[in-house]
Amino acid sequence: MANLVEIRNVSKVYERGKQKVEVLHHIELDIAQGDFLALMGPSGSGKTTLLNLIGGLDSPTDGSLSVGGARIDKLGQGALAKWRASNVGFIFQFYNLLPMLSAQKNVELPLLLTKLNAAQRKKNASVALQLVGLADRASHKPTELSGGQQQRVAIARAIVSDPTLLVCDEPTGDLDRQSAEDVLGLLQTLNKDHGKTIVMVTHDPKAAEYARHTLHLDKGTLVEQVAHA
Amino acid sequence: MKYLHLIWAALFRRKTRTILTLVSIVAAFLLFGLLDAVRVSFAEAGKSANGAERLQTGARLSFIQTLPQSLGAQIANVDGVKDVAYANWFGGAYQDPHNQIFTFAVSPNYLDVYPEIAVAPEQRKAYDNTLNGILVGEIIAKKYGWKVGDKIPFQSQIFPNKDGSKNWNFDLVGTMRSTDPKNSFPDQMVLMHWKNFDESTPYNRGMAGWYITRVRDANQSDRVARAIDALSANSDHETKTQTEAAATANWIKQMADVGMIVTSIMGAVFFTLILLTGNTMMQAVRERTSELAVLKTIGFSSNSVLAMVLAESVLLLVLGGVIGLGLVSLIGLFLPSISGGMITHTQVGASSWLLGIVLAIAIGGLIGALPALRAMRLNIVDALAGR
Repeated sequence: MANLVEIRNVSKVYERGKQKVEVLHHIELDIAQGDFLALMGPSGSGKTTLLNLIGGLDSPTDGSLSVGGARIDKLGQGALAKWRASNVGFIFQFYNLLPMLSAQKNVELPLLLTKLNAAQRKKNASVALQLVGLADRASHKPTELSGGQQQRVAIARAIVSDPTLLVCDEPTGDLDRQSAEDVLGLLQTLNKDHGKTIVMVTHDPKAAEYARHTLHLDKGTLVEQVAHA
Repeated sequence: MKYLHLIWAALFRRKTRTILTLVSIVAAFLLFGLLDAVRVSFAEAGKSANGAERLQTGARLSFIQTLPQSLGAQIANVDGVKDVAYANWFGGAYQDPHNQIFTFAVSPNYLDVYPEIAVAPEQRKAYDNTLNGILVGEIIAKKYGWKVGDKIPFQSQIFPNKDGSKNWNFDLVGTMRSTDPKNSFPDQMVLMHWKNFDESTPYNRGMAGWYITRVRDANQSDRVARAIDALSANSDHETKTQTEAAATANWIKQMADVGMIVTSIMGAVFFTLILLTGNTMMQAVRERTSELAVLKTIGFSSNSVLAMVLAESVLLLVLGGVIGLGLVSLIGLFLPSISGGMITHTQVGASSWLLGIVLAIAIGGLIGALPALRAMRLNIVDALAGR
């Protein structure tokens, strides 16, 4: 299968005051279209930094990074924001839903950046909520939902604009085992049945088992790749 | 417009804080509306007398300067004048210097010029026939428990009596009330005979405080006013003829620069508002750092985030401004009748509304600028990591 993500000799250096910290060293990585990749490694190994680069939230210091054929390392902030809006869905550890909006309105957020009218936005958001099994909770605010439900709303928000790539940063890190399994099962369904390419950062080996491959990072370098059955 | 629900929701994310901030903005604009209505009425006072059926002529130099009584006959001869009355401030305190009474010495035809002052016919007759008689407004009579037939002692602050003392004794021969629901001032004043005043005190002999002229055609009031003032042009008693409202405004103008006072107060109020609301907005945006980062993550551009925070700030100010000015408009409808016509300058005109809305937008933009810039410059990675 063709590569969706192509990372060539990517390094990332952060400047903290006068100190320079190299978080990623010369990463070479391809992620195939339709893959479900887990990124594992100890704290500070560079997992989230790599995920941020893939998701277009940050730019590499060196090297090239293509997603779906687009050299996103060359894009400016404005162009990168537009690119993210139509190509990537984000899922965070702490859900990051807007607390003052209902589940429905949270899911509609990415659609505000499209040309869809209000009725179409509402319809698409309802379909996404239905897909994650929360159609009956559309009018509920995040505080009225459990952690697992909030994460499913976040997944609905991530997929509502039908992006090719989903990037997930510890999506089960704040959930109990059952909710975590529900969320991971949902991600697996999105990968297998809907063809979404997923890159997931996790500390949890059991969560990583839901992915097709697991990549281990240590001190900013890829050290091991494991394929799951 | 499609972001409006998002802006509205962010604004009321913390309802109590937003409502308290809104209350302070409403209070500021309420004050602005009331004071600006006063400023405008003072600024516009005397611009045109057309539409007024009554004109008031006083000394141009100062309201305490008197005018010769001979001027009355000359005014009566001006084309367009229906009738002329005259009056002088008497003042006077009842029992205690704090109990100041609005007492005026007035010409015999004064009540004819003010048909809205109602007096029972027999009491009017008694007043006309009693040199020492006074007519008392119903509110004053009720306040002090006065009845027709009572002897009322006043102490004047200015005018001595025939015996040289400032003690005056009057016979209460009737009460009066205003038939104009917007003006109950006549219910709170006392009228005494000009003849009694003029013959008793040596101060004002042959001089009047001001003239009140009724015109035949209200649309000719400007012309009549100019003609009256022309009578005393280049004399030692030049006059200024204007509507009664304008005359009142000019009296106050002679005591203080109302425009400057109003502007100073409003400057202080809005300066405080900027500090208070600016701090609240900064706090509100700081609390939402991760939410703003999520918006940017999803794909909202930095400019969109800047615009949303600015719009939130402007919306808060405009909302408060509209409620505040709306309340002033409501007060303006009822206050003249509630205050018995003592307070009339409370109508918010189009210029005040326009100035108020422009101020609200400008202040909203000003206080929103810093938090909006902060939101725009937000680094997504740092914000999501809680740095």
